[in-house]
Amino acid sequence: MVKMTRIDSPSALEHYRRAIKEKRAKYVKTVSVCGGTGCQAHECGAVYEALRAALDENGLAKTVELRQTGCHGFCEMGPLMVIQPSGIFYKKVSPEDIENIVEASLKGNKVVEELVYEDPVSGEDIKKESQIPFYKKQKRLLMSMNGKIDPCNIEDYLAQDGYSALVKTLFEMEPTEVIDEVENAGLRGRGGAGVPTASKWKAARKAIARDGIKYVLCNADEGDPGAYMDRSLLEGNPHAVLEGMIIGAYAIGANEGYIYVRHEYPLAVDNLLVAIDQARELNLLGDDILGSGFSFDINVSIGGGAFVCGESTALMASIEGRIGEPRVKHIHTAEKGLYQRPTNLNNVETWANVSLIINQGAAKYKRVGTKNSTGTKIFSLVGAINNTGLVEVPMGITLREIIYDIGGGVPKGKKFKAVQTGGPSGGCLPESLLDTPVDFDRLYDVGSMMGSGGMIVMDEGTCMVDIARYFVDFLCDESCGKCVPCREGLKQMLYIIEDITEGRGTLEQLDLLKELAEVMRDTSLCGLGQTAANPVLSTLEYFENEYLEHIKMKKCRAGVCKSLITFNINPKKCTGCMRCRKACPVGAIKGKKKEAHIIVQEKCEKCGICFEVCEYKAVVRK
Amino acid sequence: MVNLIIDGQSVEAEEGWTILEAAKYYGIDIPALCYYEGLTPTSACRVCVVEIIRGGRSRLSASCSYPVQEGIEVRTNSKKVKRARKVIIELLLASCPNSRTLQCLASKYGVTKIRFRSEDRGCILCGLCVRMCEEQMQAGAIGFVYRGVGREVAMPFHTKHEACRECGACLYICPVCELPCRGPMQPGELCNACLDTVQLEAFPCKD
Repeated sequence: MVKMTRIDSPSALEHYRRAIKEKRAKYVKTVSVCGGTGCQAHECGAVYEALRAALDENGLAKTVELRQTGCHGFCEMGPLMVIQPSGIFYKKVSPEDIENIVEASLKGNKVVEELVYEDPVSGEDIKKESQIPFYKKQKRLLMSMNGKIDPCNIEDYLAQDGYSALVKTLFEMEPTEVIDEVENAGLRGRGGAGVPTASKWKAARKAIARDGIKYVLCNADEGDPGAYMDRSLLEGNPHAVLEGMIIGAYAIGANEGYIYVRHEYPLAVDNLLVAIDQARELNLLGDDILGSGFSFDINVSIGGGAFVCGESTALMASIEGRIGEPRVKHIHTAEKGLYQRPTNLNNVETWANVSLIINQGAAKYKRVGTKNSTGTKIFSLVGAINNTGLVEVPMGITLREIIYDIGGGVPKGKKFKAVQTGGPSGGCLPESLLDTPVDFDRLYDVGSMMGSGGMIVMDEGTCMVDIARYFVDFLCDESCGKCVPCREGLKQMLYIIEDITEGRGTLEQLDLLKELAEVMRDTSLCGLGQTAANPVLSTLEYFENEYLEHIKMKKCRAGVCKSLITFNINPKKCTGCMRCRKACPVGAIKGKKKEAHIIVQEKCEKCGICFEVCEYKAVVRK
Repeated sequence: MVNLIIDGQSVEAEEGWTILEAAKYYGIDIPALCYYEGLTPTSACRVCVVEIIRGGRSRLSASCSYPVQEGIEVRTNSKKVKRARKVIIELLLASCPNSRTLQCLASKYGVTKIRFRSEDRGCILCGLCVRMCEEQMQAGAIGFVYRGVGREVAMPFHTKHEACRECGACLYICPVCELPCRGPMQPGELCNACLDTVQLEAFPCKD
């Protein structure tokens, strides 16, 4: 590492940047090993260590640069490895593969065929990262940096021209110009509701602080089931978030900031703390940043893991050390927020967009996306989908393109049923709405929302009533419990849906469900309660048939609701192979070898194991 | 002074008043359970919701914390308010079926049936006792524990705490732990013995 010294002018920063780039010119090749949480679960650490040792052993350490980066996004195929400049992409790399990789791709310029990604649709081998369909249709403005930098080394970020937006802001722009630029770019909050960022900044700038203190906060309390884009950004590229926050603080006139991150994200917290330390050492944070006269520092506040703390006022209460509960917002947090002082809160992804806007200008930024939703959005594509992972797409792309072209469709030849966006506050959309463009307003119009970016794909084996039950159950635990419509309403909602899934539902209950949902929406105290009924309302709108089937015919077409299904063995097909009998965990299957078996209904737990293990399709689920 | 309209009447209110306070001053009744003069309003029970029309947009909001604003129109008894209030009272009754306060509210606002599953929890979590103990008695011996549907009022670690002086202020202020409603009913049913709908028609509203 070049010795870190305090940098006190833009020219000194440029000088430092040049020194880093010159130092790196000697490297012929660069190997990036993904070190995101997903790949860590696949033991990418061992791959990295093995490669490090192999490079030393083969005397390649001076010409090949090895880097453990943040999440590349294609989590399904981890651990991932990319070799630059050729762009060779290896999937599912294990420590045993290292020898081959060093011989073929690092000493020579060949490709290890076994590790190359094979397109499941065409069956073709695809050697380069940029050619893989999963990446091809994406527009990775924010995420692309993740694969290029080591989050724990600020030099990597500087080598990618990081902090140049900060220099431009501090030395060439007035605070109001920064806000105008963000307004012209049309940036909307990526946390879910899509509030124009500039209007929040304006309000916070206008607000008068009684003691001159204003705060800038970053909401990294990502709690939607299945969503992890904010984690990835913080883990892989923390400096982009820091840079955005410093620029925002300058625009608003704040000198202190907090990043509220959940403690379930240990790697993100670690990387963030390292990044903040390194930025402080270089004088990119702290007093008199780069000699500009502007001072700003960031603290990290670690949340205890309550979903409701993602709500702005609850988040602020939690930072203050009080119970994380929302309060009424008749007076906006821009005027009285954290410690009763003017406060501006933005989501991780929103902050990461800021330096991009300053660097390339509003006009260019706006070219990506639709008229009212500009830029890109990162989604975490999970559920019944071939290519699980993080995808960054231009706004306006259709759900169909994301699910089929990028996600590779639904696995095992099953039929697509629904896609859930927006987490517990969002809704489930059916196949007929797959051509809806991803856009804040359009998604809202069809009864869902952009949300922070979770996208759960469901196939025909999913019961939509059960999905509604899952989200209501989640919120029953995660509501703070302060106001009556949310706390009692969710509880009663869960009882009603449980009645339906267990075959006791009535048509009157369906009307009651709708009435309750509307009252919760209109009268709850915070956004959590106001949107809590969305999963129920959207499934009722698009999948009412399934509710009616559960109620009238006592039937669950997906075979998920245990009370409504029975398993039987068709004696004509059963060969008496004993597989199901051995597999049944409760001993509910009787029968002799080579004779048709029967299921004792009183004992059957309806786990479905017999259904899965039978090779002759003799087990019938009804 | 702030000028606003409450239930069709133009009224003047002092700066800093809440809508509930302004309504009370003019003799307009808005029910409230978690509100008590002298304690910080928390807007938790939502029984005091009113319809607020501001800039042509109507929304329901808790009147106990909403500050009066110039030019807004407030409807305390519109169709929208009545419907929401009835469901909220019903939800509260499902968690505290024999509370006299709730039974009387039900009668007054025309709730004649509980369509939800009743479970007597003996507490509506309005938090009056918590605020009374902390703000007026300066003791802070009780507080909320757990989250979501598991929320409870308790002393630290569920044991008797030395901060509690057994002053009884919490009992005094509690809207539900009093003598149960003695109307002619089975547990969990509504008494409706004092059903009085005259109140509802007193201030007709255009919906």
